[in-house]
Amino acid sequence: MSIRAPRKGENYELSVDLNSEYREKRKDAIKRVIASMTVGKDVSGLFPDVLKNMQTDDLEQKKLVYLYLMNYAKTQPELVILAVNTFVKDSEDPNPLVRALAIRTMGCLRAEKIIDYLCDPLRRALSDDNPYVRKTAALCVAKLYDLKPELAIENGFLEQLHEMIGDSNPMVVANTVAALTDINAAATAHQIPPDDPAHFDITSAVLTKLLIALNECSEWGRVAILNALARYTAQDDKESEHICERVVPQFQHVNGAVVLAAMKVVMIHMRAVHREDLVKQLVRKMAPPLVTLLSSPPEVQWVALKNINLLLQKRADLLTSEMRVFFCKYNDPLYVKVEKLDIMVRLANDNNVDALLSELKEYASEVDVDFVRKSIKAIGQTAIQIESAAERCVNVLLELIDTRVSYVVQEAVVVMKDIFRKYPSTYEGVIPTLCANLDELDEPEAKASLIWIIGEYAEKIENADELLGVFVDTFTEESYQVQLQTLTAVVKLFLKKPDSSQGIVQRVLTTATKDCDSPDVRDRAYIYWRLLSTDPGAAKAVVLAHRPPISVPQTTVSPALLEELLGDLSSLASVYHKPAETFIGHGRVGADSLQRKATEVDDRAAAQRALQTVAAGQQAENLLDFDDEPAQAANGDSSLLSSSSSSGLAATQILPHTPAAANLLAGTSANPLDDLVSIFGGMNAGAGFGSGSGSGGGGAGRGSASADGIMGGLGSPGVLSPTHTGVTSPSAGTMSPTGTGAGPGAQKPQDDLLGLF
Amino acid sequence: MASRIDAFGTLEVLISRLYRPDFKRSIADVFRIQVVSNSDVRSPIITLGSTSFFHVRVNNLYVVCVTKTNANAALVFEYCYRFISISKSYFGKVDEEAVKNNFTLIYELIDEICDFGYPQNSEADTLKTYITTESIISSAFQAEESSKITSQATGNTSWRRGDVKYKKNEAFVDVVETVNLSMSAKGTVLRADVDGHIQMRAYLTGTPECKFGLNDKLVIDRAERGSIADAVELDDCRFHQCVRLTEFDSDRTISFVPPDGEFELMRYRSTSNVKLPLRIMTTVNEVGTSQVTYIVAVKANFGAKLSATNVVLRIPTPLNTTSVECKVATGKAKYVPAENVVSWKIPRVQGGQECTFTATADLTSTTVRQVWARPPIDVDFQVLMFTASGLIVRFLKVFEAGGYNSIKWVRYLTKASGTYQVRF
Repeated sequence: MSIRAPRKGENYELSVDLNSEYREKRKDAIKRVIASMTVGKDVSGLFPDVLKNMQTDDLEQKKLVYLYLMNYAKTQPELVILAVNTFVKDSEDPNPLVRALAIRTMGCLRAEKIIDYLCDPLRRALSDDNPYVRKTAALCVAKLYDLKPELAIENGFLEQLHEMIGDSNPMVVANTVAALTDINAAATAHQIPPDDPAHFDITSAVLTKLLIALNECSEWGRVAILNALARYTAQDDKESEHICERVVPQFQHVNGAVVLAAMKVVMIHMRAVHREDLVKQLVRKMAPPLVTLLSSPPEVQWVALKNINLLLQKRADLLTSEMRVFFCKYNDPLYVKVEKLDIMVRLANDNNVDALLSELKEYASEVDVDFVRKSIKAIGQTAIQIESAAERCVNVLLELIDTRVSYVVQEAVVVMKDIFRKYPSTYEGVIPTLCANLDELDEPEAKASLIWIIGEYAEKIENADELLGVFVDTFTEESYQVQLQTLTAVVKLFLKKPDSSQGIVQRVLTTATKDCDSPDVRDRAYIYWRLLSTDPGAAKAVVLAHRPPISVPQTTVSPALLEELLGDLSSLASVYHKPAETFIGHGRVGADSLQRKATEVDDRAAAQRALQTVAAGQQAENLLDFDDEPAQAANGDSSLLSSSSSSGLAATQILPHTPAAANLLAGTSANPLDDLVSIFGGMNAGAGFGSGSGSGGGGAGRGSASADGIMGGLGSPGVLSPTHTGVTSPSAGTMSPTGTGAGPGAQKPQDDLLGLF
Repeated sequence: MASRIDAFGTLEVLISRLYRPDFKRSIADVFRIQVVSNSDVRSPIITLGSTSFFHVRVNNLYVVCVTKTNANAALVFEYCYRFISISKSYFGKVDEEAVKNNFTLIYELIDEICDFGYPQNSEADTLKTYITTESIISSAFQAEESSKITSQATGNTSWRRGDVKYKKNEAFVDVVETVNLSMSAKGTVLRADVDGHIQMRAYLTGTPECKFGLNDKLVIDRAERGSIADAVELDDCRFHQCVRLTEFDSDRTISFVPPDGEFELMRYRSTSNVKLPLRIMTTVNEVGTSQVTYIVAVKANFGAKLSATNVVLRIPTPLNTTSVECKVATGKAKYVPAENVVSWKIPRVQGGQECTFTATADLTSTTVRQVWARPPIDVDFQVLMFTASGLIVRFLKVFEAGGYNSIKWVRYLTKASGTYQVRF
């Protein structure tokens, strides 16, 4: 037959045993072959010997041989032909298990040669008496379509499949639905014309059948059917109501996947339900099962929490009285704790804020640094969200600062800065405490936050010039973020106390323009310098402009994306809070969809440009108004311009990007083009922001620097855009789930890495 | 849908089955680098490029599913856990050794429970009828038998064979409740709820129709709180697939045709009026920087006829503890340096009884002043014939065409392991 292995070694011994006259010895040899195969040894040379053992009454042995075939059929297509006879014979065996096994295996072989022989047995199997065989055959059609679509169409298997939705056996129906959905997805990806049988349109006749099968089939089948129901477009209100009512009992299923799939269907069809009382009732019925999901294993819990987060963004009233169940247990895995934290803050209100705060304080003394930081952030978010609790939050923060644990103090300082942004001039009493910890700060963000606070309240801090002087002395050694803040703070100080700080402002401007290698810092220094030397009044208007208070965004994704994700509940996309295209598309639907994506991106880019033009116009108008209305906040745009220092910069460079970037991040503005932008932002999550808006605005030969400006602008407190310093980071955190190892930005290189394997 | 399922040892691939052609074997190496050898994994799903790895860890094994699609995450994890529970019911435990010894059987199983990435029948009971540890010889008799099995495996009572016969018809009902408690240092209850499940072992002839009644009052709307004095408010319940959900939804009756043998009939959750079986009172003082003194008292808060067994309190000590001197009147207390806890074991606490523990922990002086996080005291226990939620089984009726009498047994158990936490 083929080239035999040398007459020694393991493979030779196996080959001898495979040809042994004793049944037991042969079977044992097959097991050893499979074991070798599993650990990755190449046993493909034994193909003919293994094949000889295929014809047997022993089901276990048969399965083992089939397993071997599935593994090596691709590399030995010539030899697989030898197996065809046995397969065809098996597919007529009186034992339904054997028939099903043959059909199942043939579908998995994926060898062109054998596929042609598959059609006849498959046709028989599709109309077999035994439901077990039929259900296996249904999936086999999907396998065939995946490998050779034209063959499946020629043989009319797809039509046959469509008929099988009416099968008397619920399991067959479920598998048929699964197969049709699979085929439909492939067909959509390949842009097959809509009248092709490959498309699975759910008509009202199909709907009725699905609703009947739903209550009878296995748990996994229910998930498949529910997924199909989610794709159905209801004719009218009545039908939507009917679907919701029929699906609601599934909330009580023990399997979390079924529960979430049912939630998905209800969320989708509820959109068309207009009876207030029914909507209310449905929402009420959703709460308990969601909470129950929290007693599942941690991984399922995590998926549920991610989904609950989405559901809460749509329906904030969903779990109002249930905050306590989200309290972290000491031994919860970290990824669960972090998600719970997010949801707890969402659920915070006047009634439960005390309990929440004492919990958060407790968490802040735990060991894991990340979790501690997130807890402290959560305190800040609570303060910003609930005005009446702000004071209590500040007190908790002060207690935490007292612990003098370095990372706790630093995070608390950052959070305090956000609180000052929201409630200006309310908690000035804490400033001395913060300043006392100046020496302990070593992280740029904490330093920058404290400097911002000092600059902002310079007139009330007696030794502000001393404090800032420390930073000016070490100016060149600090990170850019801190440099920018120092610069702005010193200028603020000068504008507030011109007499005592002439020297320091001179010093910082000289250092920044002469010894600094960041163009952003230099530019900002120049602008300040010119402003101060030409018109101190204008400088005051710009630098000391009124800032609008910040707020916690109620949604972390744009409304359109939220709807899309809610329609895709419990999928990976809903876990990542990102559209599926961002992490799939290189699979079997690869090239085509990529191309489609590319054109879509083009469209978006065009829209983006249009948007930029409009935005630029808007901003230009703002500029004209500059003199008589320095508080740009009047304009809903509220972002960079109105915030202190950057307005100078904005006037030159960042300006064209401003509204786009702000909307991108805020995700809540009233701008109708907003969705588009946010989607765009989602696509390019993270790193995309800079380049995305840069492309339209045209940073005029300063591409990278201006992108930097935006990022710096939004990230650093001096140039605070409304919502974003402390608050963006958690929302960014949800974009790329905490530990994926590779954030969205890092995905590309990882891809390459995968390509290597 | 999942494209591939692997069970990994910590270092090697033990079992691997590809359902779709979009992966090569070597994808396992990527997982090994990214997860197995990475000590800081912070998410159960890792997406690299377009490939997502779902993993669940059990003992020293990783069960991994790999996909390139926008898969249903909840389904994948539920499936992983189902795979683990099926494996448990087949070989008793799931570890490297068990997988290595049974790899052919596991291949058979995963082939049967998942096809082309779509989960199929995963009821261990049914699977055992046609996937067995002994080899089956196909014959005419077998074919007939198989027909029966297969029609059952796909039928609308896929969980039960029609021809079950018992001399003595019995049904055992176990109500098992796990109490989740977190109590603050001041003694206020932050969270107290009960996760209960009702385990049933049915040894009944034929295809019996069962009706099951509890003293519950499922509260969907909290405003509807009623007046029935002994009724228990269940926040939510979830049922085994044999229970007719539509009937439950319309008139709250739990009716079903039970699988043969053991199964979990329902799970429920209750948050109101939770009776805490054990009260823990603590006084912990840090004396300067060199000593911590403990006084911990446990009081059994239930009738004198009942008793809590296997009570274990794990009382945390600071990380720089050198030795702990414990005094207890009941049970045994021992300092476990590896876990930084004092473990106090009491074999039995009678209802109403109170036990006290006093101890002094000596600390070494450290140069860095580090605040002790004070993890909560963790209490494990079991109390027989007691339900923390107050749930009682009111009736279990069995209707069968044969009209036989059946004997029913009901047992209650309340326990906690790792979920009963008291801060101090």
